[in-house]
Amino acid sequence: MEQSAVLRKPSFAETLRGDTWWIEPLLVLMGLSAFIIYATWAAFQANHYFAISYLSPFYSPVIYTDTSVVGSAPVWHALLGTWPEWWPSFLPASPAFLILVFPGLFRFTCYYYRGAYYKAFAATPPACAVSGIPQKNYQGETFLLIFQNLHRYALYAAIVYLFILAADSIAAYFYQGQLGIGVGSVVLSMNPVLLGAYTLGCHSFRHLIGGRKDCFSCAGAGPLKNGVYQKVSWLNRNHKLFAWMSLFWVGISDAYVRLVSMGIITDLNTWGL
Amino acid sequence: MKRLFKLWRGDSTGGDFKEYETDVTEGMVVLDAIHKIQAEQANDLAVRWNCKAGKCGSCSVEINGVPKLACMTRMNEFQEDQTITVNPMKTFPVIRDLVTDVSWNYEQNKKIKPLKPRPRDADGEYRMMQEDVDRVQEFRKCIECYLCQDTCHVLRDQQQKDKFVGPRFMIRLASLEMHPLDTEDRIPEIRDEYGSGMCNITKCCTVVCPEHIQITDNGIIPLKERVVDRYYDPVLWLWRKITGNKN
Repeated sequence: MEQSAVLRKPSFAETLRGDTWWIEPLLVLMGLSAFIIYATWAAFQANHYFAISYLSPFYSPVIYTDTSVVGSAPVWHALLGTWPEWWPSFLPASPAFLILVFPGLFRFTCYYYRGAYYKAFAATPPACAVSGIPQKNYQGETFLLIFQNLHRYALYAAIVYLFILAADSIAAYFYQGQLGIGVGSVVLSMNPVLLGAYTLGCHSFRHLIGGRKDCFSCAGAGPLKNGVYQKVSWLNRNHKLFAWMSLFWVGISDAYVRLVSMGIITDLNTWGL
Repeated sequence: MKRLFKLWRGDSTGGDFKEYETDVTEGMVVLDAIHKIQAEQANDLAVRWNCKAGKCGSCSVEINGVPKLACMTRMNEFQEDQTITVNPMKTFPVIRDLVTDVSWNYEQNKKIKPLKPRPRDADGEYRMMQEDVDRVQEFRKCIECYLCQDTCHVLRDQQQKDKFVGPRFMIRLASLEMHPLDTEDRIPEIRDEYGSGMCNITKCCTVVCPEHIQITDNGIIPLKERVVDRYYDPVLWLWRKITGNKN
């Protein structure tokens, strides 16, 4: 009898699925690629990341600033002052280079994104019940990808960023000490909200705040712990949603600040600027 | 209404799809249609089934390429002109037609250390609070249909059955490891023997689970995190060295 596909080891992308299984991995591929390309481009610009009192999240916190650059942060906004002389001349003086690695690592090692980009970029597998690229000795996350286990350290950095972006959003309501509001204030305020919903719904955070326990009612745990665990579990159930919303919004925020700084759009605000 | 079916016919040596046309009436599920074909056109067609209520996990097959229970897949899910293709689960050896040999799963189950409860309370009772058992009760819904094992690409495509026990048994391990009475330590085996690191979190097991168990989010990832606690967290490693606390 003929060896049908049911019995033999399948070849790449072989499936009996007749639905549009390829749409989701294609959307992930396009969405993540678009973000990576835009974020890299924005980081290399090294300018127009500050306008009125709005700081682009791609450049926050500002470690050093080069005030000679148009659209740069003022010196008081930089944690360590003006741009250092030791910086290699072949690289643009971009504050983004100093900080983007941390949120980048958090997303790269995130359990949701891992599953999504393994499908979209590595085709292991391209979709459920669709065969992946045949490998002689598939090792999952046990060999080269073992570093994914350090996700919780990226989480710690991401929690620090939540406070920094919250401070940026508060600062966006003050221009030269005067309280006010602009479209940019609202745009930047959405960042800590969406990133908070994403970060605090992280699987590692859920583990650390209660998931590692077998007993919530035992001494030392208490009802508060279970209550927090249940709320984090709700965020975790919506982790994919908040992952994409927060990713999309940091890109929108940078684009908004950049366009205001370049004078292409005018920010509607109460400061009359 | 006449509907066209392509059912896989064959055994471990080979086989292929054969076409059958049969009448389908309102309320029928795919298993009903298979039984009708078996009764009227193919008396020797092998199909495993039992409860017809989605609770025994016997009628696991692949319908139009997707691992499903034949008894829980309604005919009105498909377009009226759509051919319905049914084949046996690809991850397991075919015995005949739509029936596979799932005994490998029973061997994995035997490897797992059973519950080792803490001593009883002074009055001879075991007591657990509902909030503590809520989590493991989700895992107890498993009907062992093995659809999650079938769709797991580590077992299905990469054929690493010697390195990974599969999502069904990660869930069983989670139900034991998170049990409030349990005192057994299975973390070394979860990493080394059962292969938690082989899972790359594609969530296909969760997608096909007919009991809607959140296999990946509530079972496999929490176990991966416990493995991280034990083996991959440098701060916890240092803390254990300083305090002498093994866990």
